[in-house]
This record gives sequence, structure tokens and C-alpha cells, in this order.
Amino acid sequence: MLLYVFYILSAITLGTAFLTVISKNAIHSAIYLVVCFFSLAGHYLLFNAQFLAVVHIIVYAGAIMVLLLFTLMLMNLNNEDETSKPLYTKFAAVISAGLLCLVLIAALRKALPENIEYVNSGTDFQSIKVLGKVLLNEYAVPFEFASVLLLVSMIGAVLISKKEEKI
Amino acid sequence: MNILETVGINNYIMLSALLFCIGAFGLLYRRNAIIMFMSIEIMLNAVNLLLVAFSSYHEDPSGQVFVFFTMAVAAAEVAVGLAILVSVFRNIGNIDIDNLKNLKG
Repeated sequence: MLLYVFYILSAITLGTAFLTVISKNAIHSAIYLVVCFFSLAGHYLLFNAQFLAVVHIIVYAGAIMVLLLFTLMLMNLNNEDETSKPLYTKFAAVISAGLLCLVLIAALRKALPENIEYVNSGTDFQSIKVLGKVLLNEYAVPFEFASVLLLVSMIGAVLISKKEEKI
Repeated sequence: MNILETVGINNYIMLSALLFCIGAFGLLYRRNAIIMFMSIEIMLNAVNLLLVAFSSYHEDPSGQVFVFFTMAVAAAEVAVGLAILVSVFRNIGNIDIDNLKNLKG
């Protein structure tokens, strides 16, 4: 049962990711990407990581996609704006991505151990309580630096996108 | 019960690799800068998925904490990147990255 859920979710993830990449209209790409993020949140739910799934939906499907769609609508691009590239660059992109895929999958297939044991000790390791303790004890310094990073990026984004005054 | 007992870590590794390759393909194939940002998000999400899978495999919460940091960095990256794109659009009128070749010499 769970295996079928995994296969369906994986098909949705890969399919919508591919449609994101190849669809002509940028708005359609954004919508497909939202579906892709929701299916990834479904994967996190399969891992029983509820908090991570909720945070993923809030941050990606909420904040980042709204930002992307807002920018897309601000620019008001037409389909004709994207100049058609020469055929050989597209061909090179397809070839290099295919080679990357081939190398990654070949390497990972050979790197897998023969018999894997899955430990299931039943200990609680991914509830909000445990994650909060780990985040604020072991990873307190990176946590603080993440807040500094977000502050700096916020100030930087405002500063860059502000209209320049004529000197 | 653990999902890895029914699905197996191999399937997740393959799914992650395929998702990463789709992101890399989009980055190479498209010229629209916003679609390239979306491809970068897909690649980051592939890595996040594998981090969560191995966190569940080892029963270690550190993997999920790293996913939180990745999300914070992705949010900061998108904010600054889109601000740069808005600035580029205001100056040259489109966001085709083939037009950004002033440094080519």
C-alpha cells in the first residue's frame, strides 16, 4: 500500500518538475512547481516528519512561490520575449544533462550496499520537541547565523530593488 | 512503522538523483532567469529529500536540522536573486540571460 503511495507521489514529483522545466509559459511553470512542492511535502509526511512537511509547505509553496509569481506578474513577460536559442545549444544541454543523469545513476547503483538493515528502535527522533532541542543546543550558532543571513538578505533585497536616484 | 522498511532507501536515492538531474537540465536548457531560479529550487529540494531520507535511515535528527538551514538559505537566495532580476529588468527590459554579457570583453 505504502509502496503504491510512494510510486504515485514520485511520479507526480518527477512529472511536475519536468513540466516546470519545459513549459513555455512561466506562470504555468510556477503552478507546476507548486504541485511539485506539495508532493515533496507528501514525501516528508511518509517519513513521518510532520513538522518538516508543514514548514516546507509554508516556506516553499507559501513564501518562495508567492515571491516568484509576484515577480513574474511584475515583469509581465510575453511568450515571444524568450528568444529562441540556436538548436545546437539545446542539443548540448540535453546531452550534458543526460550524461549527468547516467553518471549519477550508474555511480549510485554500484555504491549501494547489498543488504541493508533498517533499524526501527521506536525512539522519538523527529518530533518538534526533539528537533527544537537539537536546533537550539547542538546547532545554536548556525541558527543565529541563519537569522543574520535572513536579515542581511532582506536589507540587500530592499536596497538592490530600490529605484536609483539620478545623480 | 518506518517507511524505509517498505520502500527502501534505494528508491529514494534514485528519485533524488532523477530530480537533481531534472533541475540541472532546466538550468542548462532554459534562458529565462526565473525558470532557472525554479530549477535551482528543484535541485535544492532533491538534496533536501535525500537528507530527510538518510535522517530517517539513521534515526538522527541532525539531517532534518540541516534541511531547515537549507530552507533558510534558499529563501535568502531567492529574495536577493529576484531583487537583482527586478533591477536587471528595469535596466535592459527583459530577463534573458543571453543579454547579460557586458563582462565578456
